[in-house]
Formats: sequence, structure tokens, C-alpha cells
Amino acid sequence: MDLRSPRRCAVITSLLTPLILLAAACAPADDTTATSSGSTSQSPSATGSDEPPAEDECATGSLPLYEDGTLTIATDSPAFEPWFVDDDPTNGEGYESAVAYAVADELGFSDDEVTWVTVPFNSSYQPGTKKFDFDINQISITAKRAEAVTFSDGYYSASQALITLKDSAYAGATSLADFKDAKIGAQVGTTSLDAITNEIAPDQQPFVYDDTNNAKQALLNGQVDAIVSDLPTAFYITAVEIPQGQLVGQFQVTSGETEQFGLLFEKGNPLVDCVNAALAQLQQDGTIAAIEKRWLSNVVDVPELD
Amino acid sequence: MAVPSPPAHVRSARQVERDAWRRSRARRRTLIAAVSTVVVLVGTAWLVVTSPGWERVRDTFFDLDEARAVAPDIIRAFWMNIKLFTVAEVAILVLALGVAVIRVIPVAGLAPLKLVAVVYTDVARGTPTLLVVFLVGFGVPALRLQGVPIDLFWLGVIALTFSYGGYVAEVLRAGIASIHPSQWASGRSLGLSYGQTFRHVVLPQAVRRVMPPLINDFVSLQKDTALVALIGLVEALRTAQINSSRDFDYTPYVVAALGFIALTVPLARATDHLALRAVRREQGST
Repeated sequence: MDLRSPRRCAVITSLLTPLILLAAACAPADDTTATSSGSTSQSPSATGSDEPPAEDECATGSLPLYEDGTLTIATDSPAFEPWFVDDDPTNGEGYESAVAYAVADELGFSDDEVTWVTVPFNSSYQPGTKKFDFDINQISITAKRAEAVTFSDGYYSASQALITLKDSAYAGATSLADFKDAKIGAQVGTTSLDAITNEIAPDQQPFVYDDTNNAKQALLNGQVDAIVSDLPTAFYITAVEIPQGQLVGQFQVTSGETEQFGLLFEKGNPLVDCVNAALAQLQQDGTIAAIEKRWLSNVVDVPELD
Repeated sequence: MAVPSPPAHVRSARQVERDAWRRSRARRRTLIAAVSTVVVLVGTAWLVVTSPGWERVRDTFFDLDEARAVAPDIIRAFWMNIKLFTVAEVAILVLALGVAVIRVIPVAGLAPLKLVAVVYTDVARGTPTLLVVFLVGFGVPALRLQGVPIDLFWLGVIALTFSYGGYVAEVLRAGIASIHPSQWASGRSLGLSYGQTFRHVVLPQAVRRVMPPLINDFVSLQKDTALVALIGLVEALRTAQINSSRDFDYTPYVVAALGFIALTVPLARATDHLALRAVRREQGST
């Protein structure tokens, strides 16, 4: 027996070690949602209610923030124009940067109390605690997506647009039906991609790219005949980035919901009520209209395709 | 004379005790193995399932409704991966064999080709496959040369062939170099030419010897067909990504992962089988 006891000990250790390691590695982290849900229960207006939150609930000091004293806003990198300028969200230039700072201002944050973090689109909807208060990245609101995250009210209504090259056979197209036999590309994860399948329904399967840069390259290479993006992006591409590009026209996504860009929050984050109140105020006092005029004004005279 | 039958074997008392002890040891080992397996698996499952975020993880990664909805699309898209690696595998074998042969045969006049082959293997193995796909997929068509393919499928095949040719060439070269010089000498002394010795004596043995690492590279290639998505070709992983980003649900990725596993498992089993057969052959039995 004496001889065997160390071996038994070894057996037990070998049994327990992986478990102990596992337990140490997987011990539930402090769940910050616990604190946020705590504040939800205090507030009379739960997420998603139409009631505007009470005045004092949105006082800067009492907001349920990711990090105290600063509003943490996420976007992807590179940040594309005209939504951001010079790939720098902190400069307040570009439509989304300006909207983000306007929301921050409305919530009572000064410009230096805003922290920007880079969050790739693909990880913006991962489950669990998010490392930001909200994400602003031309994310379209859909009912299906809202099962995984919480969206603010829309801050921009986007139409889709078709871009081709000036010397392309499709440059003179006047309707979506003209693109039936075209090779059409779009960025993955965008509603533009759905728009190709649902609105244009070309004979060839759409070509899908990681970002608009790759889609533009494919257009320039002649690998696709046309690309689809939201209208402001399309306008910027043809005005600045691809001078030989041609914005054929814009179209509305008729099937499904009206397309709106929303701020993305962690599912159930109560901060969304105060941000919605701020957005409503910014719509009402004309701030958002002014920002749109400043950064997206040149996109209104684009022909409609049907 | 009748041969006396040997006395019936009677185990000694000590032997009986020894056997009993051995049986108890065997039972004990089985028990410990079973209990520890169950404890670790159940413990892990319990940790995952009782974690505070499990419900969200289950809804975003293991959403059965989503899986059912996207599976047909993803399975259809796997056809593209299968076409890609089938065509690329053939091209890679041809290219790699050429490079390996150029590097091993001692012909002085081939010096410039040998240099090209060395540089090629270094570059092909040193460049991330993703980068090769990008350069070939977007760079080659940008040249706008006549006769250069701009079809994404063929560009993908070219990129994968370039990248994997380097690895496979080195595997084949190692196999050829591992064949004992006496095999060359025997072939030549039997009157075979240098080429015949290589073709009929050395190469078959070399290929057989490196079959497991070769198949390993092809398993890896099957997964890397997903990289071709970068240049716009919609294959299984991209289809999963499209669905995932539309629905904000990662389940499509899990579905794609299961598909890739289903593709690679047959090859992995084939490797095991071949390795076993090689061992049997070399040991001379059956």
C-alpha cells in the first residue's frame, strides 16, 4: 500500500490538473452587462420603448458607459470617405464622424471626452461584452440583425448606386434591367450585396469583395462590369477615386425594409435610449440636415434607375 | 510406442495470483481512463454551458434554424472549393515534380534552371498564400495583357499552384534524396539508363515514402481554397460570411467549418491507410 500511494496521488493529479487549468482559464469574467442591466431596472424606460427617457436619466454623469468619463465610439479601419476623412475618425470631418461628435456633444461630452476604437465590421456583432459604447460604420438596420445587437434609430437613409467605367457598355444604362447580363460586384456584409440579388437579379452570381477598395480594383481590372455601393460612397468613388468611373444612377431597395443606417450597441445596452433622444434632438434642430448638406450634399442630383 | 500426452497444464498458485492481479490492474486502468474522460468532457461541457454568456454564444454560433437556412447555400458553394483544389492539385503535382527533378539531377547544363528552381521554392514558400492570391488575382489582370486569363477561377488556380508548388516540390525532393544511392547503382548496373532508373526505381519508392506529407499538404490546400474568396470568387467560406454578416449570426461559419472537416477527413483517413500499408510492405508481411 505504501508503495502505491504516490501513484494514486499521481493518478488523481493527472485527473484534476486539466480541470483546474480549465476552471482557472474559463472562470466567468466579471460581466459588465450586469451593471448595465442594473441601471435598466432603475430606469422606467426599458430598451426599445417609445417613451423618451427622463431628462435627468441622460445626465452625462449617470450614463451607463463602457468606460467612465469618456464616450467610446467604434468604427472600422480603414474608415472610408465621405463618411470619414483621411481615415481619421477623430478629426470630426466626414458625415459619420460629424454625427458621432454631434451625438457626443448632445450627451454632454466635449470633443476630447470621445475615444475612438477600431472594430472590424465582422467582430462588431460578436456575442458578449463590447469594448465600445456604440459603433458607427454605415451599418444597415434589419430585423434579423437586431436579434443579435441593439440599433439606435436611423441617422441616414441610404439609397444604393451603380458604378461602372465611362467606356463600359453599361455606362449609358437607364434601368436596372439593363444590368441583367452584367458581372456585378459589391462588398461583403453590405445591403448592396442583397440589393444585387434582390433588385437587379443578374444572370451571374454577384462577385463579393472584402472592402470597396478590392471591389474598385476589380472594376478597374475589368473583372466586373459594375459595382454597387451606397450612394454617398458611390459618389465619392466616381468623383475622387476613379475619375474614369461613372455613376450610372441610384435606386431604392424596394423589397424588404427601408434602408437606414443605425448606431450599433451591445444587445440590451440601455444607453441607446439616451442616444435616440440625442438623435431625435439633432434631427429636430437641423444639425443632422446641416451635416448631411456639408458632407453629402453633392449626391442629390443622381438619376434614379428603375 | 504411444507418446504420453503431456500432463494438463496446471497454473501454479503463484500464477493464479499473478493473473488475478493483472486482471485487476487492467480493470483499474480501464476504469481510470473512462472516469477521467467522462470527468474532463462533462466538466468542460458544464463550464461552457453554465458560463454567463452561453445563451448568447449558443444563439450566435449554434443557431439550428440559421444552420438549416444557410446550409443549402453553403453546400452548393463547396462545389467551387472542390473544383479549385481538384484542378490545383493536378497542376501542383506537375509543377512540383518538375522543380524537384531539376533540383536533384546532376546535369551541369541545367545550372540556370536549377537557380530558377531554388529561387522559386524560396519565394513560393516565403510568401503568404493570401498575398500570392492577392497579387495574382488583382495584379495579373491589371496588366491587361492579351491572352492572360482574367477568369477568377483560373487566377485562383494559378495562385494556389504557385504557392503550394514550392512546398510540394520540397517534399518530393526530400523523398527522392532519401532513396539510398545503392538503388541508383542497382538500377544502372542492371542496364537501365539514368532516366529509366529514376523513373522506374527511385521515383516510385520516393513518392511512396513521402505520401503522408504530400497528402498533408493537400489537406491544407483544401482549406486554403477559401483564400480565393479574396479576389471575388464566391466559395463556401465567403458564402458563410455573406450570410453571417447579413444576419449577424456566426452559425454559418460553423456550418462551413463542418463542411471543410467533412472534405478533409477522407483524405486524412487515406493517409493513415497508406502509412499503415507502407509499414506492412517494408516489414515484408502480406
